Amino acid sequence: MCLAVPMKIVEREGQRGVAELEGVTREVALHFVDAQVGDYVLVHAGFAIQKVDEESALETIELFREMMAEEFPDEGRTS
Amino acid sequence: MGGDDKIILAHGSGGKLTRRLVSDTFLKKFAHPVLAELDDSARVEMGANRICFTTDSYVVKPLFFPGSDIGKLAVYGTVNDLAVMGAEPLYISCGLIIEEGLERDILERVVESMAQACEIARVSLVTGDTKVVESGGADGLFINTSGVGLLPEGNEFGVERISAGDRVIISGTIGDHAIAVLAAREDLGLKLSELKSDCAPLNHLINRVVQQFDGIKFMRDPTRGGLATVLCEIAESAPISVHIREETIPIRREVNGICEILGFDPLYLANEGKVVMVVASSIADELCDVLRSDELGKDAAVIGEVSSDSPGDVVLHTAIGGSRLVTMLAGDQLPRIC
Amino acid sequence: MKHVEEYRRKDLVTKLARQIDAKLDRPVTLMEVCGTHTMAIHRHGLPDLLPPELKLLSGPGCPVCVTPTGFIDAAIELSQKENVTLATFGDLVRVPGSTTSLEGRKAEGADVVTVYSPLDALAAAEKRPDRNLIFLAVGFETTAPTGALVVQEARNRGLQNFAVLVGNKLVPPALRALLQDEAVKIDGFICPGHVGTIIGAKAYEPIVREFGVPCVVAGFEPVDILAAILWLVEMVVSDEPEVRNAYERVVTWEGNHAAMDCMNEVFEVEDSLWRGLGVIPASGLRLNDTYREFDAAARFDVVMHEVPDTSGCRCGDVLRGAIEPTECPLFAVRCTPESPVGPCMVSSEGTCAAFYKYRRE
Repeated sequence: MCLAVPMKIVEREGQRGVAELEGVTREVALHFVDAQVGDYVLVHAGFAIQKVDEESALETIELFREMMAEEFPDEGRTS
Repeated sequence: MGGDDKIILAHGSGGKLTRRLVSDTFLKKFAHPVLAELDDSARVEMGANRICFTTDSYVVKPLFFPGSDIGKLAVYGTVNDLAVMGAEPLYISCGLIIEEGLERDILERVVESMAQACEIARVSLVTGDTKVVESGGADGLFINTSGVGLLPEGNEFGVERISAGDRVIISGTIGDHAIAVLAAREDLGLKLSELKSDCAPLNHLINRVVQQFDGIKFMRDPTRGGLATVLCEIAESAPISVHIREETIPIRREVNGICEILGFDPLYLANEGKVVMVVASSIADELCDVLRSDELGKDAAVIGEVSSDSPGDVVLHTAIGGSRLVTMLAGDQLPRIC
Repeated sequence: MKHVEEYRRKDLVTKLARQIDAKLDRPVTLMEVCGTHTMAIHRHGLPDLLPPELKLLSGPGCPVCVTPTGFIDAAIELSQKENVTLATFGDLVRVPGSTTSLEGRKAEGADVVTVYSPLDALAAAEKRPDRNLIFLAVGFETTAPTGALVVQEARNRGLQNFAVLVGNKLVPPALRALLQDEAVKIDGFICPGHVGTIIGAKAYEPIVREFGVPCVVAGFEPVDILAAILWLVEMVVSDEPEVRNAYERVVTWEGNHAAMDCMNEVFEVEDSLWRGLGVIPASGLRLNDTYREFDAAARFDVVMHEVPDTSGCRCGDVLRGAIEPTECPLFAVRCTPESPVGPCMVSSEGTCAAFYKYRRE
């Protein structure tokens, strides 16, 4: 359960905003997140349910890469 | 359950229920061998000529959507059903069922669009009919077009010609039409920046490659039911399987975006200006290049091949290195939250 | 697509799969609770990449699958009342009730509209004051706050023609019920990531403490899922169960308080009937006294009956992870996507539907 996609806030007015993904825009309700234009949010059923933590996202990918480099050192880094 | 004693919307979506309706109801009463082939158009002989004959009805809502409208769709749809059989489309008919109260201006715009489409496709509209029904009966306007074309000697395209080793080509990006129509429905609140329906006549493009290459085995335009449905139909009509590769399938980013938001699989989305071809392996790459040199085929790609293992299956090899079966859907996809 | 494509990289996927294979030293059974996980796993063809000793069970995290027949029947009964328009998520449209589905009712002339957001249902109510707009609220904690908000809005705007049939359910009580069932053997849970954004990773901690079963909160892209599986396998092998968060880019330990507050403002918890699993204590939501006036069942005098499952249908066992779809006598024989018997086949993310569509081995 729960189809949700990361979309970028491109407009905001109070608790309503417009979010964009791959050139598609849709109105999104911002009652549950404190997000500004330019932020990425997870959108489910027309609502932003959480902000995407960009720093954390980058850290996770780095973590995966390091994990892989550790285990398979002869194959080099995956980048 | 819905569907047993009443006709439901899913019966018209081109998937499993449609096919069952056709075989249980229509084929039983109309037992002609040509009908039983259930091709895009019927190949029949009239005197010394072989002709193709087809019919299609258009019930799209809204009537106008980015890149096209019901009139243009009605002309090109029928032209394409003839073209994919290898026929030269010549004459079409047009039957209109108009809902009482339709704005005159709307009708004029649709008819103007049809006239332009005929000119571009180089077909002639030679006969027609008009009926008006009570308010609530037709969503504004329904159109039926039928068409005939000449089938030249030597143009034999059909599933029976497909064999293991052949390769599968799609002439461009998938899902454009279905998504353009969907976005035009205001109730989903989705706005597109560039995407338009791909509605276009394919007869000129097809003619180019048919003239240039031997070794084209089969062609079909993946309309309702999408690419997946065509591939499933191919796999079940011969002792072969079809393998396609996810990362080779051309798809526009807006189509991808909406599919992710609503939970759709683009393989099942309708196209109105694309052709699927199964061709001999040796000509596949060159044929694809020829398609790409044409505006209507600029995103053409070889997306897979035909094999003799696991007959009946359509297998999608995913971008991450896995695989899954592609099967026919029962009805149209619905936006989901889960 | 940002925050999506990075997690679909083939090289990372391949390496994670190999890591899982290397770490696995015994047969391990994991349950992916969430229907969206089931779909994601099958869509990308992940089972091909996993070692055979790793068994993935599909759990009851498919709100459509666990919505009781009685709910559908009640919705259908409501659709027959005067001037009623039913607004529903697409997921529910083909679910079979006792006699028909919403799709079947629509064919009979009922006014049933599909919405993507509960806000669209609210807008429809405002646009058509002559209609009684009833929204079918199903879904887990990811979706419940959205339903709660529209009920609040309806109250704020003084809407007289809007009501909700509530069928929302909660995930952690279901996990507990599964682990208490001795027939089910689960070594670890791949926990629903989007439910996690709302309730927080901490919500899964009691499961770990009480049952010693490791839980990893997971996202929905191939890399997310494989990373979660890897961490679960590691914890099973080392016998060090914990809650771990593999979806930190959107899941925090605490969850989304604004969303949870909204839920708690409008709903209260009750014992709830889950199709195939029976009644699970404190596992469902209903409108509280303040908002009871918006309850469609109360307003239109409709009762949700407890309807026994179709004989032969083993959706319950499938949902519990006790059997594979192929072990159900009806699977692919009487029960197919176009004529489903139970919701596991109707829901596009139901275990049986996913199996039928993608595997069928």
